[in-house]
Amino acid sequence: MTIGLSHYLTVGAILFTLGIFGIFLNRKNVIVILMSIELILLAVNINLVAFSAFLGDIVGQVYALIVLTVAAAEAAIGLAILVVFYRIRGSIAVEDINLMKG
Amino acid sequence: MNLSALFFYLFATVAIAAAFMVIAARNPVHSVLFLILAFVNAAGLFVLVGAEFLAMILVVVYVGAVAVLFLFVVMMLDVDFAELRQGFLQYLPVGAIVGFIFLAELLLIAGTWITGAGVVGAIRSPIPPASEVTNTQALGRVLYTTYVHFFELAGLVLLVAMIGAIVLTLHHKKEAKRQNVAAQNARSKASAIEIRKVRPGQGI
Repeated sequence: MTIGLSHYLTVGAILFTLGIFGIFLNRKNVIVILMSIELILLAVNINLVAFSAFLGDIVGQVYALIVLTVAAAEAAIGLAILVVFYRIRGSIAVEDINLMKG
Repeated sequence: MNLSALFFYLFATVAIAAAFMVIAARNPVHSVLFLILAFVNAAGLFVLVGAEFLAMILVVVYVGAVAVLFLFVVMMLDVDFAELRQGFLQYLPVGAIVGFIFLAELLLIAGTWITGAGVVGAIRSPIPPASEVTNTQALGRVLYTTYVHFFELAGLVLLVAMIGAIVLTLHHKKEAKRQNVAAQNARSKASAIEIRKVRPGQGI
């Protein structure tokens, strides 16, 4: 059997779902939530690259490069905020992040 | 079953298992290591579809930079992670329901996917045959010409992220003595030294 587009889309869908699942499951741990977001962006990248390869259009890979950049920037900023928050409050539990009562 | 299908199933299975362990591992350090495993296997999937450049970028950027950054932060913060895991099972039912509904919807889409009639004709930048141009060359040809604005946008995003991270985490201690180059350079001979007449045998 040949590996088609839907195989890659299935892998992307499962990875995306695992990322969503991780956000729900680890409601208290910000670091694991950030890692789940990385998984979601990885699933998006797999979808973009799979469409790019099977439809024969290279623009999908350009977009995947942008998503990669945004994911790296998001991880850096998220972890910087986390470090600053830990310095101020001494904790990284999500339910402690209620200073603004939003 | 040919070899590429075998490798697809290998990479896909390991990537999904590693992704599951990222969210299920008790120790966040193990989570980071499983995240690295998931990224490396996703890079293998990228190689299989012929996107070698993105595969290498994934290994370099994610495994080399982002995952190590996570590892640094996990090890730097002295947090009781066992306490953070309390209530893990409390959110399991709602997470499972949302996750399975979402997965079912996505799989329905992925399983019934049909390429539209006009899609192939609407392709703007077709991938040149791999025998003539490598993937990196093909990507560079469009990235620096047609899609140069995307490239500059990516650079801008990285610049803002870098400045933001530095601004957020940099803090000066009040008691620490620091070099003030401008004040040093602005010192003149008149402000630095004072000449006094000292009479013999008296001192100042």
